[in-house]
Amino acid sequence: MVSTNTEFAYNTKIEGDVVVTRADAVINWIRSNSVWPMPMGLACCAIELMATAASRFDIARFGAEVFRFSPRQADCMIVAGTVTYKMAPHLRRIYDQMAAPKWVIAMGACASSGGMYRSYATLQGVDRIVPVDVYVSGCPPRPEALLDALIKLQTKMRDERSAKRLMSA
Amino acid sequence: MPAPVDVSAVIKQSFPQLVERASADHPAFSAPAGDVPAVLAFLRDSHGYDLLTDLTAIDNGEDATPRFTVVYHVFSTTAHTYLRLTADCSDDRKPSIASVTSLWPGADWHEREVFDMFGITFDGHPDMRRILMWEGYPYHPLRKEFPLAGIETPLPDIEVSEETGTKVLPAPMAGGPFVTSSGEINMAKAEPRAKDESWNEKKEKPL
Repeated sequence: MVSTNTEFAYNTKIEGDVVVTRADAVINWIRSNSVWPMPMGLACCAIELMATAASRFDIARFGAEVFRFSPRQADCMIVAGTVTYKMAPHLRRIYDQMAAPKWVIAMGACASSGGMYRSYATLQGVDRIVPVDVYVSGCPPRPEALLDALIKLQTKMRDERSAKRLMSA
Repeated sequence: MPAPVDVSAVIKQSFPQLVERASADHPAFSAPAGDVPAVLAFLRDSHGYDLLTDLTAIDNGEDATPRFTVVYHVFSTTAHTYLRLTADCSDDRKPSIASVTSLWPGADWHEREVFDMFGITFDGHPDMRRILMWEGYPYHPLRKEFPLAGIETPLPDIEVSEETGTKVLPAPMAGGPFVTSSGEINMAKAEPRAKDESWNEKKEKPL
């Protein structure tokens, strides 16, 4: 080490109440730790989604406990369940009503690919109508799998060029 | 009033035009389409068959005549017996039959489902609309000529269809239809898989 400073942690006496960082890092840090999910519960995956939010698995540990049933207040749609063609336009409209920046988790086999419903009535993967960030396998996925998806989404959020997008928006 | 033990004799006496139908479980009769409301009213009011448990239909095949058969299952809540009544629709192209919503208001959604899936219209139904598929869907999915995978059509919402550039597409059958083996001890073998390879996208459905 070239520096004589042996303090590795932030020390106000040395730094003088100033933290130097990139705007992206700050914005992404805030965004990724306060994800407000929109629970798009359409089938049995919604039960696991509720279990993920409940005390045993406690999605609040990752800052995403504020489930909002209004798309205006949400920024991450969790599509939990089978999407029928009849439901698909409503799902897309709810997605459109969410304020940017917004993300989508396709939870479970049905939302990701139509799952076992190879039929005339079922949309074969929600990525045909909304852009999906993270896919979760399972039928339904365990709560741990959804938490892992959330962590992956947070990792993805932390790499985004948020400041540049804010300027150009 | 409890249903008599031998309802078959009574019903044949009152309605000689009814034909007994082969059945593995409950007494079953086939009635001319026009007589269905009268027979069901008779069963409900005089023989205690007060509950319509199911109302469905059969497509006997594209070339069969009569093509569509409507099936009624009635149950007596006092005698705890079932009875099955069937009726063939006279017209194979535009099948229709009298509604029984005046006897059981609960028949409303059953008849809408039969209309949605088979295209059989129920005369005298208060609200003859589709119930499962969306308004404007051009097919009746449980008809024999309709493929399980579906047929390309626009999405129910034109705006969303334009925005996303997608539509209702035939589902990839990927070797399906998939069948589970219920009762199989080996769970790996019980998993749903394409056991019936008689038709898929590589092999045409046999005619």
